[in-house]
Amino acid sequence: MTKSELIQRIAELNPHLYHRDVERIVTTVFEEISGALSRGDRVELRGFGAFSVKRRDARVGRNPRTGDAVHVSEKHIPFFKTGKLLRERLND
Amino acid sequence: MAERTMTRADLSEAVYQEVGLSRNESADLVESVLGEISGALVRGEMVKVSSFGSFCVRKKGRRIGRNPKTGEEVPILPRRVLVFRASHVLKNRIDKSLTRSRG
Repeated sequence: MTKSELIQRIAELNPHLYHRDVERIVTTVFEEISGALSRGDRVELRGFGAFSVKRRDARVGRNPRTGDAVHVSEKHIPFFKTGKLLRERLND
Repeated sequence: MAERTMTRADLSEAVYQEVGLSRNESADLVESVLGEISGALVRGEMVKVSSFGSFCVRKKGRRIGRNPKTGEEVPILPRRVLVFRASHVLKNRIDKSLTRSRG
C-alpha cells in the first residue's frame, strides 16, 4: 500500500469529504510525526507503535575495503517500536 | 532540551487545525489512518509513505532462545515482526535539526 492508495482508501470510507481534504489529513499525520521527531520528541501511538530518535555517538569507523580509519560524526536516527496490539495482531 | 511525547490527541488537534472538521471527526480520521495501515500490515502488505518511510512485515523462523535469568532454553516460535525503515528525507531532516557537531 502506498500513500496515495491509503488516501484513496480513506476517501472511499468517507464519501462526504473532498479528496483534497483527505490528502491534507493523511499528509498532516505524517508531517506532524516527522516534525515531532525533528524536535527530538517521541511519538507514542498506543496499539500501533512508538517513534523515537536515538543518538549515535561519534566513532572511528573503518573503510571495509581498504581498512583505513575514518571519523564518523555523531548522528541522530529515527527508531520505531511496534505496539503490543499490532504485534499480537500480526501473529494471530 | 525537554523531550515531549506526541500522542493521538496531538495528531487529532493538528488535523482539526488543518481541515475544517469537528474535533471528533478529526480524531476518527486519525484513527482510521492508523487502522488502515495496521490492516494492510496484518494482511502481509508493505506500506510505503513517500518522504516518510516504509513499514514491512518480516517472517522470522523458529529458534532457540534462553531465559537470561535462569539460563533455561526456550523455543521461540516462528513469528511475524514489523520493521520500519525511515526514508532518507526523514533521516536527513532529523539529523540536520538535532546534530550540531557538523564540520
